[in-house]
This record gives sequence, C-alpha cells and structure tokens, in this order.
Amino acid sequence: MRVTQGCFSFLPDLTDEQITAQVQYCLNNGWAVNLEFTDDPHPRNTYWEMWGLPMFDLRDAAGVLMELNECRKVYGDRYIRMSAFDSSHGWESVRLSFIVNRPKDEPGFQLERHEAGGRNIRYTTKSYAVDRPEGGRYGGK
Amino acid sequence: MNEQSMTVRGKERYKSGVMQYKKMGYWEPDYTPKDTDIIALFRVTPQEGVDPIEASAAVAGESSTATWTVVWTDRLTAAEKYRAKCFRVDPVPNSPDSYFAYIAYDLDLFEPGSIANLTASIIGNVFGFKPLKALRLEDMRLPVAYVKTFQGPATGIVVERERLDKFGRPLLGATVKPKLGLSGRNYGRVVYEALKGGLDFCKDDENINSQPFMHWRDRFLYCMEAVNRAQAATGEVKGTYLNVTAATMEDMYERAEFARELGSVIIMIDLVIGYTAIQSMAKWARRNDMILHLHRAGHSTYTRQRLHGVSFRVIAKWMRLAGVDHIHAGTVVGKLEGDPATTRGYYDICRQDFNPMTLEHGVFFDQNWASLNQMMPVASGGIHAGQMHQLLDHLGEDVVLQFGGGTIGHPKGIQAGATANRVALEAMILARNEGRDYVHEGPEILAKAAQTCTPLRDALEVWKDITFNYESTDSPDFVPTATPAM
Repeated sequence: MRVTQGCFSFLPDLTDEQITAQVQYCLNNGWAVNLEFTDDPHPRNTYWEMWGLPMFDLRDAAGVLMELNECRKVYGDRYIRMSAFDSSHGWESVRLSFIVNRPKDEPGFQLERHEAGGRNIRYTTKSYAVDRPEGGRYGGK
Repeated sequence: MNEQSMTVRGKERYKSGVMQYKKMGYWEPDYTPKDTDIIALFRVTPQEGVDPIEASAAVAGESSTATWTVVWTDRLTAAEKYRAKCFRVDPVPNSPDSYFAYIAYDLDLFEPGSIANLTASIIGNVFGFKPLKALRLEDMRLPVAYVKTFQGPATGIVVERERLDKFGRPLLGATVKPKLGLSGRNYGRVVYEALKGGLDFCKDDENINSQPFMHWRDRFLYCMEAVNRAQAATGEVKGTYLNVTAATMEDMYERAEFARELGSVIIMIDLVIGYTAIQSMAKWARRNDMILHLHRAGHSTYTRQRLHGVSFRVIAKWMRLAGVDHIHAGTVVGKLEGDPATTRGYYDICRQDFNPMTLEHGVFFDQNWASLNQMMPVASGGIHAGQMHQLLDHLGEDVVLQFGGGTIGHPKGIQAGATANRVALEAMILARNEGRDYVHEGPEILAKAAQTCTPLRDALEVWKDITFNYESTDSPDFVPTATPAM
C-alpha cells in the first residue's frame, strides 16, 4: 500500500527539484519550513519527531534541501514530511504538508474490529510496522 | 434624494391617528450610525405611486417599533432609541423602480446570540407589507459587540484541517448518488470506494434521513465501516457527513450522539431545520468535537431572485454567527446558480476575518468578524476534474470541492473517479506553487498528470465538453470602473 497523507501523495514521488520549488513557495509566503520523521504513520499520529527546530530564519530553499538530505542519511528508512508553518493571526498553523521520503516497503494498516452491543463495532487502526519497537520497523538500521 | 428629516416632534408626534412613517422618526437622513448599530441594506421596490423615502421609512418602522397607527404607549419608552432609522436611500443603478435603503438598528433591539430574534425583526413582518411591490435584504453590517455574542463555527477551518491532518489543498468530497433508494449496505459501498480512491469526505444528500429503503442507524453503521476501512487502506483520516436532520431536536440529538459514538468526525444538517435548531446543533458540535456541515437546502426559494427575498450573502453571515463549519456557497462553473463576482463575495464572508466593502462583489459593508472562526465553503453541483484549474482560481484553497457525479459517474468506477479528482487536484496545486500560470496552462497540466494516471485520462475524455453557461439571475449591481492613473 501507499500511505497517502500529505498534499502530494497521489503524484509520483517528488524529485528534489520539485521539492525545492515547493519549499521556495513556502519561503516566499513567509512560512517556516519544518522537517519531521516517524516510523508510526498512524493517521492520528500527530506528533512526528522533529528534525531540529522549524527553520524560521531560512530564506534559501537550498538550505532546506541540505537539511532534508542530512535527515535522509539518518532516517531514510522512515517517513519524512515537510511542513510549512504560518504564524499570522487567524491561522497560526500548518499551511502545507507533504511526504518527502517513505520506506521502501509500506505494509499498511490492520483494522481491528471489536464487536460491541447491538451491531456496533469499535474500530482500531494499527500499522503492521509498529509490532516492532521504534527504530527497528521497516527493516531499519 | 436624501433630503432633510421630516420627523414631527413633541406633542404633535403622538396625536392619535395615522402618520406617514417618514414623519414618525423612521427617516433620519442626518443620523450617523453608531459603531454598535446593526445596519441592514434593503432593496426596496415600492408599489407604483409610493414615495421611495416613505416606503423605506416604512421598512424601518415595520422591522422595529412601528405599527400602522400612532400609539401613545410609545411615550412610556425611550422610543427614539428603539426606532430603526433609515438614513440613506439611493436609486439602484440600472433599475429605475428600486432603491437601496440603509437602515440602522440599535443593538438593544436584539437578544444577544439569537439568530431567531435577529431575523424575527429584520425579516419578520416587513416582507409582506402592502405598499411594497418587492423587498430584498441585500446585506447587513453586524457590529463587533453583537458578533461577540455568538459562538461562531464549532470547529473552524484551521482546526478542521488540524484534525484531518490535511493542509495546502482543497478537500475533496462526493455526495452519494442516487440520492434516494440505496440500501444501507449498498450506500456504504459507494462511501468506501470513493474514500479509498482518494476523497477526504463523502456526503449524505439533503433528503437522506430515515426512509423505508434505509433507516438512519443502518446508514450510520455501514458508512462508518466504510470510513474505517478506507482509513486503514490509505493511512489518512476520512469522514462522511452523516445527515442528522430529523423531525425533532430529540431525534437529531439521538442521531448526532450515535454518530459520535461510532467515531465519525463530522455530521450534517439541512438549512430547513431552522435557525434555532442550527444553533443548537452548533453548540452540540462544539461540545462534542464534531465538524458541522450545513447543506443549504431550500435557500434558492428566497435567495435567487434579485428583487425579493434575502441574499445568500446575508444567509452566509447568519450561518457564520450560528456556528456551522461547512456551508455550500456555489461553484461558479458548475450546474447551479452563481456568477463569479457574487460567489466571490460569499466566499469572502465565509473565510475572511475582515470583509472590506467591495461593491463589485455585492459586499456593501466593511464587516469585522472579530476572530470568529472561519467557515469552510463547499462547492458542489456539476463540477468535474477537467475544471480543476478554474475551480482553484475562482474558489481558492480553503474549500471542499464536491464531485458527486464527477466521481460516481466515472466510466471505470467510483475508486477510479475519486483517484482522477485527487490526482488532478494535487497536480494543479503542485503547479500553482511552482509559480506556473495554472489558469491558462490548466489543460496541459491535467494532460501531463493523466500520462501517469489512467483514471484521470478517462475522466478528462468523458467530461471534456461539459460546461454550464447560463445567464445568472443574481449578479452585482455595481461594476468596477477603471480610474485614470494619477
């Protein structure tokens, strides 16, 4: 399967050149770009690990790409997403978020059903990868 | 035509009998509205021979304190404060029989936080008043002091995006079709296919409640099976607007609570349930972390005709106060009424914190929303993947694009239809962010994306010639005029 979180997951994986163009768009808007990684891509796993702080003062997309490549060296077996944060009043949240790195093999999610009263079912979504401890998932180092 | 006040004052004012409204204090051309006044703009079309000032003063009178004759009991009150005051009457451009009447209402005339009370005054008696041939409420200026008495959208655009973890692109939805007749089991199938294929939301139609072919509990259970299956298949948060519209509040609460129990992120109501019910459901939604979708069922009965009724921009303002999160606001390019400039005005009312007066979009007043949450506009009705560049251009990024037929009618099935829409959307956002002239290069961008996406190729082929170009029945009265450069 392919996790389709983020803005561009239905397109072929973005090239570094394409990523750079998106970063430049964010910087031009005055948004701070941020890298995060995880090996638990549960749809409600909000807090991926931060690769450093959001790059508040960076104005050059090439610098962000360098950071991404550094991050890939260490966590290339995991999901990495790039998000852009807009601090302006009335928004103060993420403006754009997309996956820039994904594991070679994505085993997907198991849907557990717990039958409850009546015909109700309680659903639990669980990534197959999280059976192993963090760091050892997706055949990682 | 804004001549002097004709108000009769003192003892003469309260002599028994009938007096013209414009003499009773409902026409005050020298009045400067206070920051705390509510201002309403009416399009007044008097009966032949009726003085437009008198007609406008009558609107002010009948929507505030007046009755058809002088009453002495006025003198027991601070009557001058409570009288709505028409302070300006302008001829409508290119429409010789109609006038724009600006009327100011003191804040004390209204119960805080109640749309029912506001509307009982402003659109209560006055629309049936005999001396008027027609009357339309065009716009309202709501003072901050009044805005702040409302909860506003239960969730708001930002928090909705945070909960769904979807940023940087319009959301995608589809209404399940056929609207009537599917069993719960078949209905859930459509939801599953569309969500798995790439949509974020599915939607019940306005008239899906609890009918012999599908009772509501069955629909909710099958839909949530579909939502959860699609979430697991994609790793994305998914939702389906479960319509909780029902005959009584008790029924609606029961349905909403069941939706919450099943883990739905969103429920839906129809405009026809009424303003009080909408406000109740908005409060329920805030208490229960639920996104609240409003289907504007019935609005065209009073919003569409230019001379009589209530403009949709006013309905949109009331709904933002009332507290819904989603509101259908037009597509521009689809099958339902909506000219681009007027629709732009509606979208601004949904999404901006401050609406500057923009006459060419039909927005007559500056409106400060004082940090009330934003409403997500929904574009639904006769739109398809081939229009993606136009949709993005007209409607922007914070919108739900709802492709019902444009998903379910895909020749290769519902999943393929959903994928076509999602790929078209992502390709267009990518191109826009790259700085391309996506409005003009739209067809090329789509064709390029279709090279690696067969479903999109099929969709572009099937619907390539489909457009809905009809004259709009409601367009702005003012057109921008070029001013020479200084």
